[in-house]
Amino acid sequence: MHIHRLEKIWLVFGMSMLAVFLIMLGVSAFAMGMQTPGSAHAHALDPTRLEETAPFDKPGVTQTGDKEYEAVLIAYGFGFNPDKIEIPAGSTVKFTATSSDVVHGFEIPGTTVNFMVLPGEVSHLSYTFDKPGEYLILCNEYCGVGHQSMFAKLIVT
Amino acid sequence: MHSTFDRKDGKLVLAHLLFAYGALLLGGVCGMLQGMVRSGSITLPGGIGYYQLLTAHGVLMALVFTTFFIIGFLYSAISRTMGGKLGEASRSMGWIGFALMGAGTVLGTILILLNKATVLYTFYAPLKASPYFYIALVLLVVGSWISGYGVFAQYRKWRKENGGKLTPLLGFMAVVTMLMWQIATLGVAATVLLQFIPWSFGWTDTINVLLSRTLFWYFGHPLVYFWLMPAYMCWYVIIPKIIGGKIYSDALARLSFILLLLFSIPVGFHHQLMEPGISPFWKFLQVVLTFMVVVPTLITAFSLFATFELNGRAKGARGLFGWVRKLPWKDVRFFAPFMGMLVFIPAGAGGLINASNQMNAVVHNTLWVTGHFHLTVATSVALTFFGIGYWLIPAVTGRVLTAAMNRLGIAQTVLWCLGMLFMSGAMHVSGLLGNPRRTDYTTYNDSPESVLWMPYHTAMAVGGIILFISLLVLIRIVVGLLRSPKGKTEYPIGEVYDNAEKTPRLFERWGLWIAVSAVLIVVAYTVPLIGMIAGGSESPGYVMW
Repeated sequence: MHIHRLEKIWLVFGMSMLAVFLIMLGVSAFAMGMQTPGSAHAHALDPTRLEETAPFDKPGVTQTGDKEYEAVLIAYGFGFNPDKIEIPAGSTVKFTATSSDVVHGFEIPGTTVNFMVLPGEVSHLSYTFDKPGEYLILCNEYCGVGHQSMFAKLIVT
Repeated sequence: MHSTFDRKDGKLVLAHLLFAYGALLLGGVCGMLQGMVRSGSITLPGGIGYYQLLTAHGVLMALVFTTFFIIGFLYSAISRTMGGKLGEASRSMGWIGFALMGAGTVLGTILILLNKATVLYTFYAPLKASPYFYIALVLLVVGSWISGYGVFAQYRKWRKENGGKLTPLLGFMAVVTMLMWQIATLGVAATVLLQFIPWSFGWTDTINVLLSRTLFWYFGHPLVYFWLMPAYMCWYVIIPKIIGGKIYSDALARLSFILLLLFSIPVGFHHQLMEPGISPFWKFLQVVLTFMVVVPTLITAFSLFATFELNGRAKGARGLFGWVRKLPWKDVRFFAPFMGMLVFIPAGAGGLINASNQMNAVVHNTLWVTGHFHLTVATSVALTFFGIGYWLIPAVTGRVLTAAMNRLGIAQTVLWCLGMLFMSGAMHVSGLLGNPRRTDYTTYNDSPESVLWMPYHTAMAVGGIILFISLLVLIRIVVGLLRSPKGKTEYPIGEVYDNAEKTPRLFERWGLWIAVSAVLIVVAYTVPLIGMIAGGSESPGYVMW
């Protein structure tokens, strides 16, 4: 099939851009560690037995190193447990979250913290909070009639 | 070509179109009210919930309006280009499909209004609706399958009667669109029939949530191409005739449809980039496949603008952009779809951002995404469909598109674009600030972030009201067209430039394309699906509304 010269130039340019985009995405994801959240390893757990499943039997924030914290959270209709996280500025928080009922979202506006929380699966994401302030954690997936009132706070001091 | 549209076929086409406009009006009422609720302007009376409206809006717009309009348009295309009238079998299947889809829509709408299915149009498990809501969805999908078989039957009949001839371009495109739909809906059929229905009736206690989401999005992304491909049919074949030009290349048009068939399905993970349980490798593989649809999109953009420019120059246009002035700006049949094309440029660019693997974290589940698909489906596709309706209704009823209706149509298009500029613009910007989608009026206990979002909600409400006014104008035109004077309206079908290249026969080797499509799907999905089925966890159901 013959293709017009101008169209060839257009398509070659377009496809080269496409290749550049994809290589950039791939390199930053796999070589530089800017990975999609929650997908480091697949787990499965029984969402009806969270109170006897570590680490969700003890939701909360624990210090795991110098300026390193792990926040174990359970999302439920309609809130997060714990509903308040306090850390000093410059801390890296590793969020580990699951749901005890339906699908929820976990988003902190103004940051790149944004992932889904599914019952039976565990989501992981690390983020470093440099700026002090009060951050809003909100659910961004419809979870029922009280969805709009599902939020928590993260306070960086 | 036959001069008038077959009357029996015309009835089938008109029934689909009018049902689509009815759904659009109801969905539009919901949409406008949502905008007002979320901006804090009104509270809903009579115990109606915001999420009920949202469910009705999504189902009626994304599933009902689009599917009915598309099937009506595709039947008109095959009747017109493949024999001048439908075979008995095709027409019967068209009516059976219409009846099943209509029944599904009525049942589904009643359940949503009764607050038995407030699960939004994506019905994510383990939210558990009434089992009859899922049965309504089955009726809708099975109806569309039967309509698809009708399209295939007409194609076979035409092939038998026209031996070695090249299939008319519009008919070919209708077949590809329906073939893609048959393959894509297998996912939603599997999750609804094997997971949701047994679970919602209580025959099984639990549901595999991750698996159901994956099967849904196997269907959910090609769904958007099912909306887009008929719009492309108009852009490739109808628009050249309306502007008095010719189709740039028949072969390139067919190539882009085949590429859409291949690359619109094995890509659903780009809707699940932010969720656990799927390994980064498989997400990225599907991201790469997603980006392959850039190729047919670039081909389309080139072909369309080549048609515009060649036509303008043939009419004596000079200079680099002189041809722009030769376009028939005052003809709504051109103007509405053309505005749709223009909007598709930012809309498509936004889509690339959404699908960009880790970059999705910036926009996932924010109003940016809502803004995005209100540009793609609710502007590019919708305006193209409105533009089609303006000549298709008179063409199938033996009436004329009057100058007055044409003027109203231009006004309707301008209003739609204006409303969308406010609404989608505000959605995009506040989405980037983190404003979540699918959320009732809230300030999160007066959090400073959400106070900042409020002016955007007001802009969305203003846009929504303008869009609703535009919708009322559209309904006025539809009523006007049904009563307009008897006469003949052209069904515009473009011809190919004389010096265009011959079309290779390879494009109609269906077995080959189905096989390639199957291989891509198997490669993209087998390993992750095995992981989900073998290692996935089960959830009981919840009614959270």
